[in-house]
This record gives sequence, C-alpha cells and structure tokens, in this order.
Amino acid sequence: MASGLFVMNKMLYETRIVKMEKKMKKLVWLLTLIVVLSLSLSACGGSTAAPEEAAAMEPFRVAVVMPSAINDLAFSQSMYDALLLIQEEMGGPEMFEIVYSENMFVVDDAAAAIRDYASQGYDLVIGHGSQYGSSLQEIAPDFPETSFAWGTTSETFGQPNIFAYSASSQQGGYVNGVLAATLSQSATIGVVGPIEVGDAKLYVDGFKAGVAATNPAVTVNVNYIGSFSDVALASEAATTHISAGADVLTGTAQMVVGAIGKAEEANALWFGTQSNQTSLAPSIVVANQVYHWEVALREMISMIQAGELGGKAFDATLANGGEVMEFNPDYALSDDAKALADSTIQGIIDGSITITLP
Amino acid sequence: MITELFSTTVLIGILASGIRLATPYLYAAIGETFSQKSGVLNLGVEGQMLLGCFAAFYVTFTTGSLWLGLLAAIAVGALMGLAMAFVTVNLRAQQGISGIGFYLFGLGMSDLLFQRLMGTVETVQGFPKIYIPGLSEIPGIGEIFFNQNILVYGAYLLVPLAWFVLNKTTLGLKIRAVGENPDAADSLGVNVARVRYFTIILGGILSGVAGASLSIALLNVFQQNMTSGLGFIAVALVYFGAWHPVGVLGGALLFSMVNSLQLWVQVLGIPIPSDIAVMMPYVLTILVLVATVSRVRAPSALTKPFERDE
Amino acid sequence: MRSKLSTLFDALLPVIATLAALAVGTVMLLLLKVNPIEAYAALWDGAFGSANSFAETLVKATPLLLVALGICISFRGDVINIGGEGQMIVGAVLATWVGLTFTEAPGWLIIALALVAGFVGGGIWGGIPGVLKAYFNVNEILSTVMMNAIAVQLMNFLLRGPMIDPAQAELASKIPQTARLIDEFHLARLAPTRLHAGALIAVVLAVVVYILLWRTIWGYRIRAVGQNPHASRYAGIKVSRYMVLALLLSGAFAGLAGAVQVYGVNYRMITDGSASGFTGSAGFNGIVAALFGQLHPLWSIPASILFGALLVGANKMQRVVQVPSALITVLNGLVVVFVVSSEIWRHRRQRRRLAAAGEEEAQPKPDQPQVQKEAGQ
Repeated sequence: MASGLFVMNKMLYETRIVKMEKKMKKLVWLLTLIVVLSLSLSACGGSTAAPEEAAAMEPFRVAVVMPSAINDLAFSQSMYDALLLIQEEMGGPEMFEIVYSENMFVVDDAAAAIRDYASQGYDLVIGHGSQYGSSLQEIAPDFPETSFAWGTTSETFGQPNIFAYSASSQQGGYVNGVLAATLSQSATIGVVGPIEVGDAKLYVDGFKAGVAATNPAVTVNVNYIGSFSDVALASEAATTHISAGADVLTGTAQMVVGAIGKAEEANALWFGTQSNQTSLAPSIVVANQVYHWEVALREMISMIQAGELGGKAFDATLANGGEVMEFNPDYALSDDAKALADSTIQGIIDGSITITLP
Repeated sequence: MITELFSTTVLIGILASGIRLATPYLYAAIGETFSQKSGVLNLGVEGQMLLGCFAAFYVTFTTGSLWLGLLAAIAVGALMGLAMAFVTVNLRAQQGISGIGFYLFGLGMSDLLFQRLMGTVETVQGFPKIYIPGLSEIPGIGEIFFNQNILVYGAYLLVPLAWFVLNKTTLGLKIRAVGENPDAADSLGVNVARVRYFTIILGGILSGVAGASLSIALLNVFQQNMTSGLGFIAVALVYFGAWHPVGVLGGALLFSMVNSLQLWVQVLGIPIPSDIAVMMPYVLTILVLVATVSRVRAPSALTKPFERDE
Repeated sequence: MRSKLSTLFDALLPVIATLAALAVGTVMLLLLKVNPIEAYAALWDGAFGSANSFAETLVKATPLLLVALGICISFRGDVINIGGEGQMIVGAVLATWVGLTFTEAPGWLIIALALVAGFVGGGIWGGIPGVLKAYFNVNEILSTVMMNAIAVQLMNFLLRGPMIDPAQAELASKIPQTARLIDEFHLARLAPTRLHAGALIAVVLAVVVYILLWRTIWGYRIRAVGQNPHASRYAGIKVSRYMVLALLLSGAFAGLAGAVQVYGVNYRMITDGSASGFTGSAGFNGIVAALFGQLHPLWSIPASILFGALLVGANKMQRVVQVPSALITVLNGLVVVFVVSSEIWRHRRQRRRLAAAGEEEAQPKPDQPQVQKEAGQ
C-alpha cells in the first residue's frame, strides 16, 4: 500500500543490501531466541492425554467435539468431567478411550471433525453443542454403524443412529430462583446471560419462575451481554446489577467468571449453573446446578453395546440425577432455607411443582 | 422506566463503570497512538494484551506479588513489541498482516500456557481500590473518580503524560517526524529504525499493562480469549481520537459509557431486544464521528515501511 | 529475461516460509511431548492425504479465496477492509432470506438470486464504511471493526427472533438457527465429497477480478487512487467515488463468500453468538490469503488453497495427536508472521533485477504478479 512515490524510491535506488543482510542474520537469531524463550515457559506443563493403544480387550471408543475449552468451568467441562468419570467406572483408558476436539466453535470445522471421527470407527461420536445438530443430520446417514449424540436438544431427526440429550436447566434454575428470592433482602436479583437462546434462556426463565413463585415482589433484572467470552462486560454487568440494588446474582455460560468476582467484592450471593463454581468465591456461592451427563451417557453406552445405536432423546432432570443441586458446604445456609430448597427439589421430582415457562 | 435512566444512581453508575471499562482501552490505545504516530500500524494489540493478561495473572497467582505480576506483563509486552518491531522495521513486512499474525500467536500462546500451567479458572486478589481521604467521600464524585484501583488512575495519568511526550519533547518531535516524513527525518539525522523500535516496544508494554489491568486489577481472573475483541476496539479508538491522546480518552470514555448505558437499559427492563442494546456502543461511536466530521489526517507514513536511500 | 528458477523461487517463497514456521512449531510439539513427525504427517494427511481431505481443503479455501478477491480490490485501492467477518454475515443473512422466502421457485433461479443477494448484502456492509471514509473522513479500520460487531448482534437478533427455524421456535432448546434450505437450493456437489460448485464460482471470479483490475477503466482508476490519490484527483478521477467502490466491491465479495457457505456447506445459518462460529474467521484469514497471493487475484487461488490446507490439516493434527487447539492457533500465527516477513527476500531480488535491467514497469501479465505487486503495494 505504499504510495507511488515510495515505490519509485525503491525502484530508483539500490540499497545497501550486504550490510542489511548481516544485521538481519543477527536479528533472525534474536527472534529465534525470543520465540524459544517464550516457548520454554510452557515446558513445565505435563503431557497430554494421548489416546492409548488398544489393550487385549476391545475398548469402547468415544470422540467428543466441544465448542469451548474442556476446562471452562461451564458447559464443555461438564461433559468432559462426565466422560472422565465413566472412564474411571469402566476401568480406565484401556477400556474406555476418549478423544476430544475442543474450541470447535466454527460449525464447519466441527462438522469436519465429526465426520473424521466417524470414519475412524469410534463407537460414539458426541457433538456437544446445539449448533452441531445440522451437521450431524448430514453426516449420520453416511455412517450407519456409528452412533452419534448431540445436545442440548430433544431432536434425533428420526435417525436410528442419533441420540439427543438435553438438560431441563429450568429445574435447577427454579430451585436457585426459590432460594435467591428467599435470601434476597433488597428484593432485587441480577442475572447475567450470554445470548437469549438455548440452555441459557431455559435456565434464566426457570430462575425467574422460581423467584416469582416464591415472592412476586422481588424484581429480577436480566442482562444478556451478547457474548460467551467477554469477561470484562460480564463483570461490568454484575456491577450494574449491584448498583441497581441487587444483593443476589446468578449467571450462565463461561464468561460469568468475571461476574462472580464482582459479586464477591460486593458481598452479594451467587448461584451457579452448568458446573460447580464454588471454588471461585467460596464465601458467597450458595448453590450450583450441576449437569451430570454420565447419567445419560451410561444409558447410551449400554444401548449401543446392546446394538441399539440411537433414536432416543435423553433429558437430564433432577428426578433422574442428570441434574444435581450442589450446595456450598462453606456457606451457612439456614436450616429453613435448606429445607425449602429440599422440598422444592422434591416437588419438582414428584411433579407437584410444575414450572411454566414464558 | 426511561425516566429511571436519569436517576442519580444510574448516572453515577454509568460514569463510574465507564471509567473502569475505559481503562484497558486507554492503555492499549495510547500505546497504539505512539506506534501509529511513528508510522506503524499494530493490529496485534489483542494478542499482546492476552499474553500480558496471562503473564500478570500467572505470576501474581504463583508469587502472590501484584507488582511482579505487573512487571511480567510489561516484560512480555516488551518482548512481543520487540518481535513486532523486528518484523515491521527490519523485515519491512506488511504491517496489518503481521499484526494479525501476532494476534493469533498471542491468542493461542496465552491459552496454551493457561492450559499447561493453570489447567482451570482461578482467582487472585487484585490491586485494591485506593481510598483517598476526603475525596473518596464526596457524594457521587467520590464514587465515580476516587474509588478505583491504581491501574485505573495510571491509565488516566497516562493521557496528559502521552500528550506531553508527543507534543512537548524532542522525542515526541522525532516520533512525529518519523511518522510524517521518514526520509526528511532521516536526512536530519533521526534514526528512523530506532524511533520505531521504541514506539512499537512501548506499544507492546502498554498493551501488556492493559492486559494486566484486566487480569489483576479489574477482573482478577484469567480465561482463554478473555479480552474478546477489546484490543481491536482499542486500535479503532486511535482513529476515533485522531492520534491525539485526549481524543483517544474521549473515544474510550464514550464507548465505555455507552456500553455501560446499554447494560443499564437492560437492567431497568426497557423493552429493547438485548442484541440491539449490545449494538449501541458500536453504532454510536460511528455516529459521533460522522456528526463531528474531522479533517485530521493520518500520519503520512502510516503502514509504510521505511527504507533508507543512499 | 529472468530465469524460470527465479520465478519459481518467488512463487514458492510462501511455502518455504510456512515450512520454516512449522519447523519452529516442532520445538513446541516436543515441549508438549508429541512426536513432531507423527503430528506433521497427520497435518499433511488431513490436507492432502485422500481425495476427501483434499476436497475439505478446497471447501475451506473457497470462502478464503472469495474474501481474498475483495481484499485484492480494496488494498489495491489503498483502503484497508478488516470488515470481512461482518460483510460475510450480512451477505449470508440476505441470501438465506431469499432461499427461505421463495420456496416455490426453481433451484437455479434461487441459487442465482441468493448469490446476488449475498453480493449485495456484503456490498452494503462494505459500502457504508466506504461512504463514511470518502465523505465523512471516518477511518475504515474503525468503521469496519465496529460494523463487524454490529453484524454479529444483528445476526443473533435475527436468528433467535424473526428468522428462527419454526421447528426450533416450538422446542425448549430454541437453537438460534434458520430453517434448512430445501435440497433443490443446494449448490451442486462436484464429487462424493463436500466439494461444491462454490469453489468453481470462486475460481471464475478470480479471473473476473483480474480482468476488472487490469483490463477495465474502473480497475485502472481504483489502482490509480490507491497508488496516488493526489495525482489521481489532478487527473480528473473522482477519488471519493472510487474509494467507495473499492470498499463496496471488497465487501460484496465477502458477502458472496457468506452466501456460498450457506448454500454450499451449511444449508442454513446457525450462530454460536460470535462471528467466527459462522465465518470460520474467513473474513480475517482471507486478508492473509490475499497477501500470501501478493494481492493478485490469480495468485490468490494457490494462496487460499495453501492456507486452507493449513487450517484443515491443523485440525486433523489436533485430533490425531490430541494437542490443545490453542497450539494450532499459535502455529497459525507463526505461519502468518513468517510468510509476511519472507516478502523482503522477494522484494530484494526483484530490486536487483530491476536495477540490472534498468527498465520501467513491465506490462502486467498473470504470470508476473511480482511486478504488479510492486506497483500496487
């Protein structure tokens, strides 16, 4: 994009190439040194969990494609943790092989990954994100011997080799909402969400229903920040809620780590979802709705082993243990509140409480 | 509901949060101002910020020292700046593109190091808010201006400092000369390469500090890609501010306060779809520029590598 | 005049630089306790190992090439368009709307209309920064960055609201996606792979852009404005108008890339809330591909394939040796830096040649992009 003048200069004059080249060599070395130095920082890490070679017995092989990192303390981690748990139950990597592709937020790349895993003969290929469904619908018919699963949804496209799984996140949201309404003294609660869709919307709507059922006078302010990754904006959203008088906060998706810190600073309470977020702020986290995908996974695996490759939709609920309310033992929840939480959970399980969503 | 937007709580909230949100933009954009003034476009700010973010967080997390953390962010930013300077000054590479390369490098490297060294999201105690007796107690004003941490104050002190250096010192004169007419500057004995090395490394350092201001002062966590496009906005704000530190400050404050305003709009339940609310700062930034048609011209040699004539 | 060997070296320079970057990557692989040979074998296998993987490479290269064509136009006009992401999105939205609205029309008509819609949508999203720059002095880097963010929110709003898949509107999952395009509207597949007609369209358009830039008065003026706006104004060219045109066309090609992704690959729009979820960052990577191709439409073809191969192969490598995806991003960054840095060697050889020949700028020919690059860079 140089100006014509500049180009002319370059053409008109020969430069001192030889001298430059000497300098260049030195600098190339310098650059190499910098790169190597910065890389050596990473040396202290451990080794990756490379897939082991098959042992004597045929292992069950699972491949999973996830939209964010396996350690996001949210959606992707909930699946990865479940797979690790099953691996342990089934007798380690020799019996249960896991491979994963993380950060596959590009739908198109995820499709390529799913197809590739399927062609390598994995027993179960999981697309852990609702944006992957469309790709599965295309790919699954080409691999009738392979079982596929995707979530969170209830749609199996009528395919005999697609499982669907979802979480009734409105249930845990409802329990959190009931507790939040009980514990809020300012009668104002703040919610930080990513985008008004899918699992996030379901949780938030359930949460609002729980608050409304407990104390209609409590205001719930909701803020969708339009991003799954903007930690700074999530944190500022939390601050805004606190300025608006909220003393209890909740939020969903991986960027809420920024919001939890602000809640802690202001000594407001926090309700978590998707993963147990207690470690981030042990003094203010009251309860977390945690997904236990292993419940659905176990059933899928035994169906696959029995020769049934799909066609079923699983829903993680409080009743079937796919969703569990995990309370923070370090937070002194009053006995009354705990009893209320327990009876709410029980009510949702036995159906005496029904959650109406907008 | 609309009227609630004009209550004092909301106004104070918007101003205070605007000032906080603007902090990382200020560091990064002032740094970028220096390099652009000398004729170098650095699109790698986001990557430098992310590495600074992680370095500050990791060192603080392991040593417990915030100042060591800040130092680490400075060092990493300087290293990234050095590499960028080598590529743009010595190898005369296309600046926009090499910047994208450095962005990707920083994005990946910060995440890789995070996974290897940390493994999961953790928190640290960041720089505390500084309480200034008297000033912090003034109602409203105190909460807005005098209830922030040291890196926030630092960002605002940087503005007059940058203005002074750029406009009132020989160094500033050299920087501007190199950015406007490197050939002339060179013939007057200014070492063009050295000046650009200086500004690019300074830009790297300030981007590193911008990252640190997030990870150990404002948010006190690290997560992959946590800057989420902030570095690109910072580059845009340099154009908004027309290469003037005070203009950059204006842009950063405008963008941040509108962003904070849209959060309030949602919190107060004003019925605008959330996505439309989120658009507001981006749309307004453009509209303000359109309304205040500026005729300030970019440094003439911006993006143009310098090659000395015989 | 100049040796074939020299031309070959120039053409291979990006490849050599890529290999050098991967060599640096070896250090990192070793640190991660991964066998680099195994890793790079997987990369090669993923990009070129079979007909299917080569098809995947071409599928990846298609939007890169389309965006790169637009970048060739805008950068030659000395306007920097980093709004490819937003332009792809708006183009795709408009094209998708066409396919979902006129379901009764014949397939060929809808595909043609949709591609035009993508072109127009991207053109609008690129034209706005063009107008802002030409008539309001709003810098295009600023406006394109902002317009990207606006496009993402617009997409999120439309896909979860007015354009949501009616089936999803019923379900609790409320996945933000549009309905699927009916089969008649899909771009033809060229083989039993995912390779689709969009790749052919992109190659044909590369020739068209070449002709536009070097054989038409418009192209001549865009390049003239890019090289020296003052002289152009003096010569009677309406500089503002050609600035707008450069950005508009640049955006239009990105918009077309978005439309092609929908009609050739995804058959619907889905959002994960970010731009790259839909675009695969092609709006950014296309800039890199254009530069790899020395801002020449025809050289952008192999450049896009090289870059596409790298992206596809790296994903395969991630799956085979199970390295963190972040490593792939790092390698990607290193390749960009190395390739863009390697340009200096080409420039230098060229200067030597020019000095030796003592010639004026040669008549540009497609097999001599180096000379044109010099003229337009």
